Amino acid sequence: MFAQFLSFVKKEFLHIWRDKRTLFILFGMPVVQITLFGFALSNEVKNAKIAILDPSKDASSLRITQRFAASQYFDIEQELQSPQQIESAFKEGKIKMALIFPTQFEYNLQHGGQATIQIIADASDPNVATTVTNYANAIIGDEQQALLGSKLPYNINTSMRMLYNPQLKGAYNFVPGVMAMILLLVSTMMTSISVVREKENGTMEILLASPLRPILIIIAKAIPYLLLSMVNIGTILLLSVYALDLPIAGSLGLLLATSMLFTITALSLGLLISTLTASQQIAMLISLVGMFLPTLMLSGFMFPIENMPIPLQVMSNIIPAKWYFIIVKSIMIKGLGITAIWKETLILTGMTIGLIALTARKFKIRLE
Amino acid sequence: MYSITAHNISKDYQNGKAVVSALRDVSLQVKAGELFGLIGPDGAGKTSLIRILTTLLLPSKGTASVAGLDVVKDFKKIRQKIGYMPGRFSLYQDLSVQENLDFFASIFNTSIEANYHLIKDIYEQIAPFKDRKAGKLSGGMKQKLALSCALIHKPEVLFLDEPTTGVDVVSRKEFWQMLQHLKQEGLSILVATPYMDEAALCDRVALMQDGRFLQINPPADIIHSYTQPLWSVKASSMYALLQHLRDYKGIDTVFPFGETYHITASHSWQSPEALQQYLQQLGHEQINIQQITANIEDVFMHLMNQPHD
Repeated sequence: MFAQFLSFVKKEFLHIWRDKRTLFILFGMPVVQITLFGFALSNEVKNAKIAILDPSKDASSLRITQRFAASQYFDIEQELQSPQQIESAFKEGKIKMALIFPTQFEYNLQHGGQATIQIIADASDPNVATTVTNYANAIIGDEQQALLGSKLPYNINTSMRMLYNPQLKGAYNFVPGVMAMILLLVSTMMTSISVVREKENGTMEILLASPLRPILIIIAKAIPYLLLSMVNIGTILLLSVYALDLPIAGSLGLLLATSMLFTITALSLGLLISTLTASQQIAMLISLVGMFLPTLMLSGFMFPIENMPIPLQVMSNIIPAKWYFIIVKSIMIKGLGITAIWKETLILTGMTIGLIALTARKFKIRLE
Repeated sequence: MYSITAHNISKDYQNGKAVVSALRDVSLQVKAGELFGLIGPDGAGKTSLIRILTTLLLPSKGTASVAGLDVVKDFKKIRQKIGYMPGRFSLYQDLSVQENLDFFASIFNTSIEANYHLIKDIYEQIAPFKDRKAGKLSGGMKQKLALSCALIHKPEVLFLDEPTTGVDVVSRKEFWQMLQHLKQEGLSILVATPYMDEAALCDRVALMQDGRFLQINPPADIIHSYTQPLWSVKASSMYALLQHLRDYKGIDTVFPFGETYHITASHSWQSPEALQQYLQQLGHEQINIQQITANIEDVFMHLMNQPHD
């Protein structure tokens, strides 16, 4: 029986190896995704171009302008001469934000005790607009502190610390997300397609009419993709550590073990899909629409689950990737151990066992 | 000792709300070492019957056994003992000839060497291409490879579903020679085919239509059972001839048959000379009318047109 099994696994590897295009996608995908998310699709705002209209040109307004110029978040693109130029500057699309001082800024500040700076942001991209106005507020706040800090008897200072991710790097969020996505794509989609291909080609008919036990077919189908997935996890981790400077805070062994668990979850999902479908297209469609999209939307990777309406929050609980996402973030970024993630691990294990049991029951030992 | 028996097998498929009957109450017995043919057109129910016997489908009604084992209860044991070659080429196209053979040998817990004598004749023909991908073989080679894969574990009973469909005449002939050879090795073989000429090569055949057996007999008996006189008619303009023959009162049935038409006489038939005259009047040339003895296809056409309940 073991020889049977081995030669089946060997056959699966041959299928994968001979299909060079798919092989390339399998191994290329993690590299491309990490590179894309790491360097191209970033939420961080750096060097946002701004324009400044400063009719006062006094010591205070120049000091604030100086602070903006010094900040790594802003580049002063343009010095405006009149309010009429503001709109045209935005329309040209070069600037994200404009900083407008009133006339007699310092005079108002020192004699009236109050002065206003107007911040106008291009909110066609709301995320960028919010981020740059926050940065601007913080810079102006710093200046205010410097001005008033010594004069007031009582003063409340807020001291902020961004825990686990002090630099607010996007990589901390998307690396676990990409891992979940890749594992789902490789394991769920490829496995379901590879089983359904046997049905389409009619080879399943011969396998069923042979003494090969169905459970052996299932396991042998899953093994190569389990190995491929582990290679992909290795690639992603190497890239994130060495290319994105994202260290693994927790135990590497625990991270790999839980990743393997999630891979098995994804594999059993793929096998279940394969027992329910008869064509490769449908298997792919179910894997993509039924698994990939919910994973993207509801795992907490793209959008925070806490902000979702209650029904979606409840729904997110059945998405395996949500739990894996929590586990990876806990281990990789917060450096937590098994005691912190045992609940999520247990849920994933339960899901896997349930899926495997369902697959074994649904696997047809005949053609109908 | 029968290697295959089927008692009152019916098979219904659910097609939306309609129920399609693929098999209606068929029974058969195949003796050990017999080469048995299921002959009938597409849609006659041949594949359904083979799939029930190979434990791939459950019968709606009736019982069947293969090698003395029940096809429903003992399906696991049956799967150890049968060789099955489906109608569509069902090997791994991206694996080479050798890899396919090795794979099928190993899932049956055997090796190519163990039963080499069975596949020797066939394997020697495909051996020159053993490193070629199965998908790149010609139709005849594919069938030989598929047969080798089905034989590699020395099955007791071999099921072949339309093994020669889409295969050239020479390869078909070779294929049937191999089946004769395997029969001598003691295998029981059930082969389905839409080709009537292959029926004559079987020990016994079942003529099938619309899920029923029209007749089960040795091919010679089937031909002898046909007693009506039969003529073959030929002329220069075959297309016009068909219509004119159908219009002729003295003719019962007309079937195209290769380059000629086979006709049977109705009760108002007079003589071939009268038909010749009739055709000449209609302007036909090179008219050739010959009385012939029936072959399986004539019998089949005849049986097909008989009303059945």
